[in-house]
Amino acid sequence: MEKLKNNPVVKTIGTQRLIALLALIVLFAFFCIASPSFRQYTTFVSIMDASYYIGFMAIGVCYAITTGGIDLSIGTVLVCSSLISGTLFVRDGVPLVLCLIICVLTGTLFGLCNGLMVSKLGLPPFVATLGVMLVSKGFGSIFTKAQSVSWPQVGQNGGWFRYIFKINYTDVAGNQYLVPTGFILLMIMAVIMSIVLNKTRTGRYILALGSNKEATRLSGVNVDKYQTIAYVFSGTFAGIAGLAYAAIYSTLLPGAGGGFEMDAIASVVIGGTSMAGGVATIAGTIIGVYIMAVLKTGLPFIGLMNYWQQLITGVVLVIAVFMDVYNKRPNKRVKAKKSISPDGLGKGKEA
Amino acid sequence: MGEVILKAKEIDKSFPGVHALKKVGFELRKGEVHALLGENGAGKSTLMKILTGIYTKDSGSIVYEGREVDFANPKDAQTAGISIVHQELNLINHLTVAQNIFIGREMMKGEFINDRLMNEEAAKLFKLLNIDIDPAETMGNLTVGKQQMCEIAKAISKDAKVIIFDEPTAALTDSEIEKLFIIIRDLKAKDMGIVYITHRMDEIKVITDRLTVMRDGEYVGTAYSNECTKQEIINMMVGRVIYEEPKQKSNVAKDAPVVLEVKNLNAGKMVKDVSFKLHKGEILGFAGLMGAGRTETVRAIFGADPLDSGEIFINNQKVSITKPIDAVQYGIGYLSEDRKRYGIILDKTISENTTMASLEKFTKGIFIDKKKEDKITQKYVDDLKTKTPGISAFVKNLSGGNQQKVVIAKWLVRNCDILIFDEPTKGIDVGAKSEIYHLMNELAASGKSIIMISSELPEILRMSDRIVVMSEGRITGELNIEDATQEGIMHAATIVNEG
Repeated sequence: MEKLKNNPVVKTIGTQRLIALLALIVLFAFFCIASPSFRQYTTFVSIMDASYYIGFMAIGVCYAITTGGIDLSIGTVLVCSSLISGTLFVRDGVPLVLCLIICVLTGTLFGLCNGLMVSKLGLPPFVATLGVMLVSKGFGSIFTKAQSVSWPQVGQNGGWFRYIFKINYTDVAGNQYLVPTGFILLMIMAVIMSIVLNKTRTGRYILALGSNKEATRLSGVNVDKYQTIAYVFSGTFAGIAGLAYAAIYSTLLPGAGGGFEMDAIASVVIGGTSMAGGVATIAGTIIGVYIMAVLKTGLPFIGLMNYWQQLITGVVLVIAVFMDVYNKRPNKRVKAKKSISPDGLGKGKEA
Repeated sequence: MGEVILKAKEIDKSFPGVHALKKVGFELRKGEVHALLGENGAGKSTLMKILTGIYTKDSGSIVYEGREVDFANPKDAQTAGISIVHQELNLINHLTVAQNIFIGREMMKGEFINDRLMNEEAAKLFKLLNIDIDPAETMGNLTVGKQQMCEIAKAISKDAKVIIFDEPTAALTDSEIEKLFIIIRDLKAKDMGIVYITHRMDEIKVITDRLTVMRDGEYVGTAYSNECTKQEIINMMVGRVIYEEPKQKSNVAKDAPVVLEVKNLNAGKMVKDVSFKLHKGEILGFAGLMGAGRTETVRAIFGADPLDSGEIFINNQKVSITKPIDAVQYGIGYLSEDRKRYGIILDKTISENTTMASLEKFTKGIFIDKKKEDKITQKYVDDLKTKTPGISAFVKNLSGGNQQKVVIAKWLVRNCDILIFDEPTKGIDVGAKSEIYHLMNELAASGKSIIMISSELPEILRMSDRIVVMSEGRITGELNIEDATQEGIMHAATIVNEG
């Protein structure tokens, strides 16, 4: 184990990311072997479909977690953004491009609320984002008057927007072409946000304040600003996730979205980002996202219902984080043997 | 001094890459206070952790009360009667004093905790120790000094025969230290063996009977405390002569301009009507007892805490400082007394910490210029002689003195003209101390102005060009170094204002 840890490849990738990557490969291989019908291009596309909305949420919430906080509102913000913008398009005839922008900006706005409540008002992130979670859930239903929203399908007016995430084209001869374009978008965003995290001042300050907020503040850094930015990222990406969700799935229900955030948060943590803040990895997060997506898509193929996904995700999550905690333990002490001397004190006291 | 109660022979311990203890010996008698001395990293803590079962030894033997022992865990050691009062107190602020003392072995009445009985037992303990603390008081409401007394009571309540004090006076006021010494003498009279780890040379003669010195994981020697001079002890610790005498005269030119002037500053309860001037190239010592309001004063100047009223002038310009960012813009750098909490980010690298206050200088477009960052970090690592395996090492892996150098580098990169050192050598060993002193003198000579808060009078007298003394939030004295004496400072530090 010690030897393995010092291997240069393991060192650059990081132990936990490596474990996550192996878990992903093992899972994928398992489903391929267990179910012949899993080994199809359409299944691959389904995995992709499931990964977009979790993926965008995860990239965003990774920033909130990096500050040492949490954003519980992303799931309902996703649905709320999508409901509002979808309703504006379908019911009120607002131009589609504008609706797409509104969808993202709604997320940004909720993120800004979270950020200001946490940084300026000093609310605990758990409480602030729980509040926004409930507000966004309620607001979405109020705005749509509790009606479900169906974004346009391919072929309908405005249905082209689905191509941003998935090209689904059937030619005259009846051949279906599926191209997971959303994957490209997700990867571009992941790379950008990874660069922001590791190569810019914004990222550096977010990581620093996640490690030690007070020391960062006393270095003359505007910590309130950067803490807020982290939540703005989180909200904005929930908005983007809202678009992805609308593009992949046909109908949005008011009041839905609760629980989506847990898939995203689990992805982030499986990938190796510390819940305590200060340590983050976008690459790991993406690996986590695909573990979730493969589980979500694969389990029905072997005859297991979706709730198995939750059970297995829970187990994977705990194991992944445990491995990390175990590796970082400063003084891995083998359980000491009892007193060796025959008249040892421990023994004497017991007698 | 009675018979030997605890004897460690040829204790050897290695960690990956470090030979922490090399055949170290140690002997403790009943009814003695035995000082354990050495620079940071000398192996004192490792040895004590082995004696108290936190670590296991690789080889060697421990004889306790005539029998060879090998403690598997701290609980074994405690059951046998060896307790340690840690430097960082392990108390739970939300519980009461009695609940803290009996934590893990609560007294029960059937299935329920019997708080009344625990309070009674705690009261008995305090009576025994002559301490006036209410067992039902919430721990968080007590002063650090009283909390430490609770730790001692906790140790004694476990029927301790040996108590190890790890730098017990580091956070105490002088009157609290006196009380502590009374208790320690009392424990000594009860025939307990006491190990006393300290960095404060002056305490050795006052409280200890014998002393053992360690250096680089090796046993150097044991002596009777009253038979050796301070200089001899220090020589044993560092293996070289480094002690210097107090500064004789100010190095500041008579006509040096005023770079910082504070007028009638008020902030919270701890800063009352504070006014002073700082000249270019000056080291201004801030003396006083703990809780005199010195840290609060500089925090208010730096914008870390809000100030209620008062004016601050930098280079004769009135400035408004409400946040640390403002202070940094005006060229003020603050080195906190609590380095690990406020000074550095332990989980980040040396280069990340070094550029933390001036990252905007190290960007190319929106990106951080890693090459430039590394270059400047390497320069300061070399200039300040920071001992580190490399600039990408995590700060948590450095010793206290080297961590302090990283903080100094941070403000030098920012090009601060006014540096506030709050207890600059706290928790730093003797060798590194003199390096920090040397560095501060060089900075002052190069035209930087320094405010130095210190609770160690020898440090104040050795470093300062001028000394301001505070007591209870007010400035109660200002002395030129030529006229300053320990007595004079102490006199001003204990002035109590009315109203």
